[in-house]
Order: sequence, then C-alpha cells, then structure tokens
Amino acid sequence: MKLYDGWKIILGLIVFVGFFTLPIWLNLSSAQSKVKPQLVYPKDAMQCVENKDYMNHYHMDLLNFWRDSVVRMNVRYIVRNGTVLTHNGEKLEMSLTLACLKCHSNKEQFCDQCHNYLDVKPYCWDCHVQPKGGLK
Amino acid sequence: MSTKIKPEELLQTINLKPKYKNWMEVPVEFRKGTFSYAGSEEALIYLDQPNPRKWQPTDPDWKLPENWQEIILEGFRERLEKFRSLKIFMDICVRCGACADKCHFFLGSGDPKNMPVLRAELLRSIYRREFTTAGKLMGKMVGARDLTFDVLREWFYYFYQCTQCRRCSVFCPYGIDTAEITFLARELMNLIGVNIDWIMTPVKNCYRTGNHLGVQPHGMKDSLEMAAADIEEITGIHIDVPINKKGAEILFVTPSADYFATPHYYTLMGYIMLFHEIGLDYTFSTYASEGGNFGSFVSHELMKRLNNKIYAEAKRLKVKWILGGECGHMWRVIHQYMDTMNGPADFLEVPRSPITGTVFENAKSTKMVHICEFTADLIYHNKIKLDPRRNDHWHATFHDSCNPSRGMGLLEEPRYIIKNVMRKFTEMPDNTIREQTFCCGSGAGIGTDENFEMRMRGGFPRANAAKYVRDKYGVNICLCICAIDKANLPPLFEFWVPGLEVGGVHEMVGNALVMTGEKPREVDLRLQPLNIEEE
Amino acid sequence: MGLGLSLLYFIVILGLGWIAGYLPFMKTIFGTILPYVALLLFLVGIIARIVRWGRSPVPFRITTTCGQEKSLPWIRQNKLDNPSSALGAFGRMLLEVLFFRSLFRNTKAEFKDNEKLVYSVDKWLWFFSLAFHWSFLIIFLRHFRFFTEPIPSFVTFLQNIDGFFQVGLPIIYITDVLILAGLTYLFLRRIFDSKVKIISLPSDYFPLLLILGIAVTGVLMRYFFKTDLVAVKEFTVSILSFQPIGSDLLAKLSPLFIIHFTFVCTLLIYFPFSKLVHLGGIFLSPTRNLANNNRMKRHVNPWNYDVPVHTYEEYEEEFRDKMIAAGIPVEKEE
Repeated sequence: MKLYDGWKIILGLIVFVGFFTLPIWLNLSSAQSKVKPQLVYPKDAMQCVENKDYMNHYHMDLLNFWRDSVVRMNVRYIVRNGTVLTHNGEKLEMSLTLACLKCHSNKEQFCDQCHNYLDVKPYCWDCHVQPKGGLK
Repeated sequence: MSTKIKPEELLQTINLKPKYKNWMEVPVEFRKGTFSYAGSEEALIYLDQPNPRKWQPTDPDWKLPENWQEIILEGFRERLEKFRSLKIFMDICVRCGACADKCHFFLGSGDPKNMPVLRAELLRSIYRREFTTAGKLMGKMVGARDLTFDVLREWFYYFYQCTQCRRCSVFCPYGIDTAEITFLARELMNLIGVNIDWIMTPVKNCYRTGNHLGVQPHGMKDSLEMAAADIEEITGIHIDVPINKKGAEILFVTPSADYFATPHYYTLMGYIMLFHEIGLDYTFSTYASEGGNFGSFVSHELMKRLNNKIYAEAKRLKVKWILGGECGHMWRVIHQYMDTMNGPADFLEVPRSPITGTVFENAKSTKMVHICEFTADLIYHNKIKLDPRRNDHWHATFHDSCNPSRGMGLLEEPRYIIKNVMRKFTEMPDNTIREQTFCCGSGAGIGTDENFEMRMRGGFPRANAAKYVRDKYGVNICLCICAIDKANLPPLFEFWVPGLEVGGVHEMVGNALVMTGEKPREVDLRLQPLNIEEE
Repeated sequence: MGLGLSLLYFIVILGLGWIAGYLPFMKTIFGTILPYVALLLFLVGIIARIVRWGRSPVPFRITTTCGQEKSLPWIRQNKLDNPSSALGAFGRMLLEVLFFRSLFRNTKAEFKDNEKLVYSVDKWLWFFSLAFHWSFLIIFLRHFRFFTEPIPSFVTFLQNIDGFFQVGLPIIYITDVLILAGLTYLFLRRIFDSKVKIISLPSDYFPLLLILGIAVTGVLMRYFFKTDLVAVKEFTVSILSFQPIGSDLLAKLSPLFIIHFTFVCTLLIYFPFSKLVHLGGIFLSPTRNLANNNRMKRHVNPWNYDVPVHTYEEYEEEFRDKMIAAGIPVEKEE
C-alpha cells in the first residue's frame, strides 16, 4: 500500500492521535490519577445549614447569596421558615468565617480537596483570611 | 447571433434569493439559448474517443452504451484513486454556502444549481451513493441518489455551465475547486461520448493542424504576412515574420485566434512589432501554432495529447526556450500541467532575456515565459522606447483573466505594462479584479452561439463592473490577456455595455512602441486616428 | 425535509440519553462501554479516512493563487496568498486553519436598483464560524480539568483568560457565550438564508444540533442544574485511565450529565463518517497546501502515461506540399 506524502500524513496523524489521547497518557503516567478527593468532615459538628447533596452542588450559590444579603441588604441572620436559626443559643450569621469555618476549620482537608481536584479557584480568599492548613 | 432576449428582460429573471425547493426533484430543462450542441461524430472518430454518433442534448434518446452507468461509475472509481483532489472535494464540503454568490452563472441566472456547492453536489450525490457506506445505507437522507438518465442530463447541462474560472475556490474555506470537479465530471461524461461540439471539433482541428481553428500552415503564413503588411502600412517598416525557423533562440506560441480573429489580431501585430524592434531571434511554428488547449475542457488525456506538440516542436527547432502569448486557459495548462505531463524540458535552457539579460528563475523548470513577464522586464530595463500619448484616444480598464489570476498569479505584470504604454487607466471595483476577477462567461469551451443567453448571463457580473467604470470614468476599452476574453467580451459588452471596446495589452504596446526608422504614426493598429492630448 | 429528519435523530439520541440517566442497566452500558466504542471508532475512523485520502496521489499541482506570483525580482510577491516556497505554503495553511483566511474574503452580492450588482463585505459567517471553532477547541481543552489528574497547567491558564471578565457566579466563560452564539448563527442561516437552505442536507443540520445539544447541556450543568462534579471527574478519569467504574459512582451521575455524555459519544462516532472530517481534509487540500512554484520545480505525476500524439512527421506528411509551396521550411524536401 502506497501512501503519497506518507511521512507528512503519518506525522500529522501522530500529532492528531497524540493530542486526542493526551488525557490517557497523562493519566497513565501519573499515579495521582487514582487519588480521589478525601474530605475530612467535622466529628462532633451540628448538622449543616443545608443537606449534603445541596451543599455539594450549590454551596457557591448559597455563599454568594449570603454575601449579597449581608453586604448589600444588611440581612445578617439565617432564616428558616420565618425563624432565625440558632446554634448553642446563638443566632447563626450568614458568614463564611462565623458559620462555615466554625465546623469546616481545615481548608486543606475540606475546601481544597474538591477545589484543587477540579481546578476551581473560589474568590472567597480575596477578602477573607484563610484558615490554617490551607494552601493558597 | 440570436439576440432575442433583451438585457432588461434578462435582468428581471434573476432572483438571487431563490425559493426553497428540493433541488433533487427539480428536473433539468434544456432551454434554447442555454446549452451547447453535442460533439460531432466526425471529431470523436478522428480523436478515437468513445461512442461517436449523431445526437443532441434535446433528444429523448442520447444513444448511450447499454452499460453507461457502469462505465461512469468505473471511471469515477478510477479517478478517485488517481486524484486526491477528487476524494477530498467529495468528502469535506460542509455546505457553508460561502461560494454560492461568487459564481458568475449564479449571479446571472439565480439558478440554485449554479451555486458552486450545488454544482459539486450533482457529482457528490452519486459519489455518496456508490462509494460511501452512509450513502449506500441511507440514500437521500445523506444526500445520496442513483445515477439515472435525468442525473446525466443534469450533469451535462450544469457542468457545461461552468467555465472552470475558480472564483469559488478563492472563497472556499477548504479550497474546494469547482474547476477540478467540472474537469473530472466532463471527463466522466466523455467516457460515454457525452460532450459538446464547440470543444470536440477544435480539439480535432488542433490535433490535426496544430491549432483550434484548423488553420493549415500556408494559411497561417498568409495571416502573419498580412499582419506584417498592415504594420508596414502603419509604420513604414517592413518585417519578415520568422516561421518554423530552426535554431532560433526562442519559440513563440500564442493562441491561434491571434492570427485571425478581431481584436486578437491587433495584439498579434503588437507582438511582431515588439519582437522586430528589439531584434529578437524567435520563430512562430505552424505545428505548435496553438497555445490554447481545448483538450483541457474535456479530459486530462486530451489536454496532454494537444499540449505535447509544444515541447516536441521546441526540441525539433532546437530553440533555447519558449515564450507564450496572451491567453488564459493556455497559461493554466502551461503553468500547472505542461511540465508534469510532457516534461521534463531538459533539452531547453533556463529562459534568459537576450535583451536585458534577466534570467527568468520562476520558469527555470518549465522553460516557458509569459509575454507580459517578458515585456514588463524590457520596460523596467528601459530597453524599448514608448510614447504612451499614442494611446490617448483610449481610456482603459483591465480585465484579469481567470486562469492567469487564479491559476498563476499574473497580476502586476500586465498592469505595469499598461501603465507604461498609456496614460488613462482605471481599475474596475476591487471585488471584481485580480484574484476576485469575474469570468467573461464563455470560458472552458462554452462560447457558442446557441448558448448565447447563458453566456450573457454568466458574463453579466463582468459587464456590470465594466459598465461602472465606463459610466463613471469614461473608460472606452477593456484590455485583457486571454483569447477567449477577446472573442467573448465584444458580444458581451455589445449586449450589456454598448460602445465599450476590447483589446489586448500588446496591442497597446504596439501603439506606443517607438520603432527605429518608423514614419510618423497617424493611426493606431486599428487604423483609427490618434488623438494625442497635449499637456 | 432536512431539518425535520435531523431533528428526529437528535431527539432520539436525546431520549436515549435521558432514559439512560434513569435506567441503571442502560446507564451502565452508556457509562462503561459506549465511551470506549466511541473513542475507538473516532480514532480508527479518522485514521482510516486520512489514509484513504493519502492513498490517492496529487497528480498535478493545482494551487489556487490568490495574489501576485513570484516572477520578476522587482515585483512584490504576495508570499502568503500565492506562496512559492514550502515555508510560504505552510504559512498559508496556518492562516487557513487558524484564522479561516479564505472565509475572511467573503462578500455578499446584491442587486441595487434592479440593475447593478454590488458587493459588500460580509464577515459574519467568518466571525461566527471562527468563534464557534475556537470556542469549541478552548472548551475541549478546558475540559482537561475533568480528564486528567493532576490537571495540566494550561487549563488554569485558559480558565483565567476565558473567565477574564469575572461576570456572575460561577464566572461566565466567554467561550460558552461565543459557542452558543456561533452555533445559533450557523443554524439560523441554514433556515433563513434561502440559498443555504436549498443546499442544506440532514447531515448539515444534525451535527449542528448535536454540538448545540452538547453545549446547551454543558451550560445548563455549569450555570443552572449543577451536578456532582467530583463524581463526574472520577468517572471520566476512570474511563481515561482504564479503571473499573463502580455502580455507586454511576449512581452519582445526574441524568443531565448522562445526556451530555451521550451527545459527546455520538459526536465522536458520527465524526469520521460525516462532513466533519473537514478537520483533517483541510490539511490535504491541494489547492491550498501546495506552493505555486509550478514553473520553477517540476511536479511529478506518479501515474503519468504515454498518450497518442500527432507527431510533427505525421503533420508534415499531410501538409508538406502546401508548406513547400508557401515557402515554409520542411524536414523532408521531395
């Protein structure tokens, strides 16, 4: 079988196949491809403000809503069914530092697990001080 | 010439936003004035081409071989193996439609099947049916259909309604070249003897006498001597035109229309005057008396058979290199096919102008130089004396011929010459010149009388641009470097832009050329009085 | 006809994906077998197609020249639109592949006063096609964040540029907007431009719908109906590193994602058998990838064969008397 302009075509095909199978090569050549996010949940914590599934999918929307409520409308407390949520008798604030980070205090073992895994850079830490155990 | 249809009437029939119809279900109609007559039996026999017979496209029975479908499909398969271009162009069109309003036949007819993409789909639909799995399985859903007699009729009508000008190819994001598709479609039809006479008879003539017009050697000599006599009358200089001269330095090959047709003839006079004035050691040939190649309008094989004589004659006459005259498709063949088909021309030398010493590096393999390259070089080196005032009665525009512009890139040379031999020159609008030039509407062998209406339609965009510069700037002559243009632009302009003349670049050179020992010029090469405007 | 049929195909695939999202056994097939079938067909199909092209020679050098040729040294050559060297042809191809040079020339012809043809610049097709193709490429590259672990650094780079304007949460990617705009334009012109409508086949609408389906489901997942991305990534990385996929992982994948995934697999399978192979074909197009050096360098046709010719001897034989009578030199005086 004769291939005209053979070397050019073969070179092109190698580049093409190489490019499209790049994820496979990258995964196979790295042991890290088997590593999955390991979230460390707080041991003695209260129940979260929303269920786990909701938080998994929509925590960013929640935080965004909190920020807007607090910063733009001066509405500070988390309200459920007309009453303010409390924890140990204290009213719960819509606050990353005063609510979320109370329980999820280790950024590295919590936030970063998924965020690094999916390369999502939240802009929380543009303003908020990062808790210990966190990577920039 | 039948001029029943009027320009205004014709314009009213054009709709560039055609209504939607499933094109596969629109039957082809052979309307008088829009197609050419079938190839003559005699020509096909002489050339040993398949299925010679008497027939016409309007006949219900085309007298095809029993197994004509098989022959075409086998030919198709063979060409797919031989031409990567065909395979690629069949496979990759995305039907983006960028080519649609680039075709002069679409712009002049509004017929959707004249959109280059649809012209190609005529062939593609068969390709899919026969050579792709999807087409075999799913048929019309993927735009596939069987090769029927109606399809063949459609092929004949529309592939002889393409002038292989390649304008669509310039705009195609994949460079799909309808000229190539038309080439091969015509080649397939030729396998069963479906072709047109205005191509086949010139091919026969050319094969026999060396030129399309069928001019025999003595006739050619008469014509050249007549040109010399006319030159003597105008300039007072006697010239002996060299013919079949062995050992000349240069073989000069030009389209045969230059010897006989008007306004080609004035260009021929221009060449002869120029060559005499610079003392060029050259010769015409009666055997290689045709640069054009109507074979290229039917099949690669006939193209090669006709083209063969140029190198053969150069070898026999022992010239050093070849110079070619003003012609369009001739230059497509010489530039893109000759060396590959009939080369290598290792018996020739790399062209070198004996006057300026310029070595034509760009022609070092094919060893054939375009007359405009040659003359531009002479002018650049001040080797000829020119009086551009002698062309003051002309205000010119320049029509780029399809093949030199899109199959070669000869754009600046003719312009350089024109600007040096005349004082009034105006370009047509940008979208209609250079690589975007519009065809005269009659190239690739369809410049027949019976096809008159379609030619006027196809030539409309060109005429329309010419009309613009005539009306706005007073342009009165359209110069070109193609014999088919010189034959077809005059009737085209008569129809659309009455009063606009057509001429060759070297006619203007002939007018402006100050010759040693000439008498004062009173008339131009057309014997029209000069009208020198003082500053 | 074309639109209806491709819409039907599209809906069938959408339906299959949807059902697979809810039926565990179908989900298992779609999640574990389909991607490998798709990848294999895609790669083998493309290779086979290109090899098929490569097996035919390029007998003639038929460059379409779109500018001044190289001739006399004092005439300025257009080195990209009419290249005379391999480097020039390479440059021309780069412009063609990366920036759609030829499409950029696009004009629109219209009648004015019913008698004049006028041409206006028409860059919309160029702009939206380019926007679509580039967006598709960048989105594909951005998806490497779901394909590999660790994530290559170019992904972060692309995400930063693509989300430069930081609008909304999550940040809206410019390419997401452009791909939808591009596809919509390409789709609408097939319906509303009568010329394009006439030439459109089912196989023209279908890939547009399919890619539109991919883009829309992707956008929905990113901005509206969010999905468990960690599960998605575990899933894709498992596929792309040949690790087994457990049913608990499959269970975490939302139906919307399964639809998205089904569309992608369909595209991969459909690709090599359709006009989409223009991806590879453009590189082999002989009117673009060859230098216009025809008269400088001989091009060899591997199947060049001898043809019958009318030799000078035969010619002189026929016309000798007339030539002699006219005083034209001949080879054999008799």
